[in-house]
Amino acid sequence: MLLDLRGRSAHGDRAFRWIAIGAGALVLLILGMVALVMVDRARPVLGEMGLSFFSSKRWSSADGMYGALPFLWGTLFTAAIAVAIAVPVSLGVALFVTQVAPRWLKKPMVYVIDLLAVVPSVVFGLWGVLVLSQHFGLGRSFLTAGIILGIMITPIITSLSREVIETTPPSEKEAALALGATRWEMIRASVLPHSKGGLVGAVMLGLGRAMGETIAAALVIGSALGQVTVNPFASGNSMPAVIANEWGEADDMHKSALIALAVTLFVITIAVNLIATAIVQRSMRHSRGKST
Amino acid sequence: MNKLLIAVALLGACGKKEEGSSGKGGGKPASGGAVTLNASGATFQQPFQEVAIEAFTKANAGIKINYGAGGSGKGRQDFADQVVDFACSDAPYKEADVGKVKGGEFFYIPNVLGPITVSYNVPGVDKLQLSPDVLAKIFGREMKKWNDPAIAADNAGVTLPDLDIVVARRSDGSGTTENFTKYLTLAAPDAWKLKSGSTVEWPADTQAGNGNSGVAQIVKSTKGAIGYVDLSDAKASGLKYAALKNASGAYVDPSVAAATAAGEGIEIKDNLIFSALNSKAPTAYPITAQSWCLIYAKQTDKAKGTAAVAYFKYMLTDGQSLLGEIDFAPIPKVLQDKALAQLAKVQVP
Repeated sequence: MLLDLRGRSAHGDRAFRWIAIGAGALVLLILGMVALVMVDRARPVLGEMGLSFFSSKRWSSADGMYGALPFLWGTLFTAAIAVAIAVPVSLGVALFVTQVAPRWLKKPMVYVIDLLAVVPSVVFGLWGVLVLSQHFGLGRSFLTAGIILGIMITPIITSLSREVIETTPPSEKEAALALGATRWEMIRASVLPHSKGGLVGAVMLGLGRAMGETIAAALVIGSALGQVTVNPFASGNSMPAVIANEWGEADDMHKSALIALAVTLFVITIAVNLIATAIVQRSMRHSRGKST
Repeated sequence: MNKLLIAVALLGACGKKEEGSSGKGGGKPASGGAVTLNASGATFQQPFQEVAIEAFTKANAGIKINYGAGGSGKGRQDFADQVVDFACSDAPYKEADVGKVKGGEFFYIPNVLGPITVSYNVPGVDKLQLSPDVLAKIFGREMKKWNDPAIAADNAGVTLPDLDIVVARRSDGSGTTENFTKYLTLAAPDAWKLKSGSTVEWPADTQAGNGNSGVAQIVKSTKGAIGYVDLSDAKASGLKYAALKNASGAYVDPSVAAATAAGEGIEIKDNLIFSALNSKAPTAYPITAQSWCLIYAKQTDKAKGTAAVAYFKYMLTDGQSLLGEIDFAPIPKVLQDKALAQLAKVQVP
């Protein structure tokens, strides 16, 4: 590709190439700078706390003790609840839209689901406080946060799943139907195996978003300290929520601890996203190879 | 060669943009007499800044003031980094951080006092009195029932229900939490064990709300709830609040007058740092928070410096009369005189 461009000496091409390279480099530069600055500013607390930053349950700015375990747990626990809620719904909707719904219903449904994705997270958060916490009496808890996050990641998982599912070659589906399969048997025999990798990737992208979501979680999770429990009705806290809540009034060491939380979150979400992207890409290549 | 030039030009452009938007506090001279002052800091005194800025800029056309209420900590940081022209904070810098203030010598100008109420929601109880030890044990979750004998001892003649106490506190780091917990460490050193700070290690069975209004909302909607809320939010939410036993033994309701009184019975250092908490004045409300605005002693820009001094002067004089309406308290005369004297030392080129 690059060689082709170089071969022609049109100015437009050259300018385009540099702009494209610049844009690509800028993204990496920003990511690199973010990582560098954050790691540098997280160093004081990591130096002080060592590995106990990840294993201690105590978080006290008065005593200079910063243990992130409860927040790490809260992030993973709420994200797990969110995925458990979002996956069946998303897959159901994606299958309905692609395999079951009549043609005239398909477009409006896709549109409405995509619309859910653009609702600002603070709106979900406030809705969670008013409806789930107060009206339904769930209080501020892991479960409330998990439900809100689940609703928030449903549109992403749905639209990615829908696109993955639509790559199933019609010939495979028709083959199943021709052999006398019912619609469900056809889905199980040809659609799901074909799109498995892509679906896993879609779920993991949703998981990444659930773990990083800040404001909605901060509003409904309850901001309780030291909670490492599988009781979904308990109040707790998550990494992004702690950062959002405590940043404004934090002093030096406290800030460093919050940045260390951010680094931890950064690493986890990047890992999840990289794995997800790899899985999606592999399955795409796989399916493309199959269909041609 | 060409390619390299373009790349350098692109990078150069990026660099310049960043420089421009970081906007140093000293800034360039204002053109045509219009001056914009940028400030940031305490959310506590945001209501005051809003009304004071509105009144001041109306009277002084050509001056514009932006106050970003990002918290006291952010205000101190922004002021130290010289990204704002002045800042406001509920707490002074720590000793170690004073050296990090890049613009050199600066003054603390006290401008606002405000009572922090202990608001509660107990059906049938319209008058509640609390002593420091009881308050500490309630918020430390050692006392869990409203009809606890210790609470009853503070409230002769009041029938307290057999109701669980629900403690409401801030989920966000806050100067209000800092002042409230600092008060408890001063007034109930034995009974209060959670220490003080913008966030403390609240027991897990407490309810967290965002901002004063979030705590007020929990208190309002929960039977048996008690929480610390500033007076204006408590009034806005129609909450009942307790009379607290002050350092000279009297039970005092939170009010504007009782907060100003708290500013009278206290020790004021030469740099105007003081604490109005647990004041010994007989009519003082004990949980009275204070706030300062910070200004550099040597202003570098004539127009901005003049405008900033004028605004500070306004806050200390005419502006004080705006405080009562928004349920904050004016600073007492002794403090006002000292603040004005300090402000007179600010040098404007």
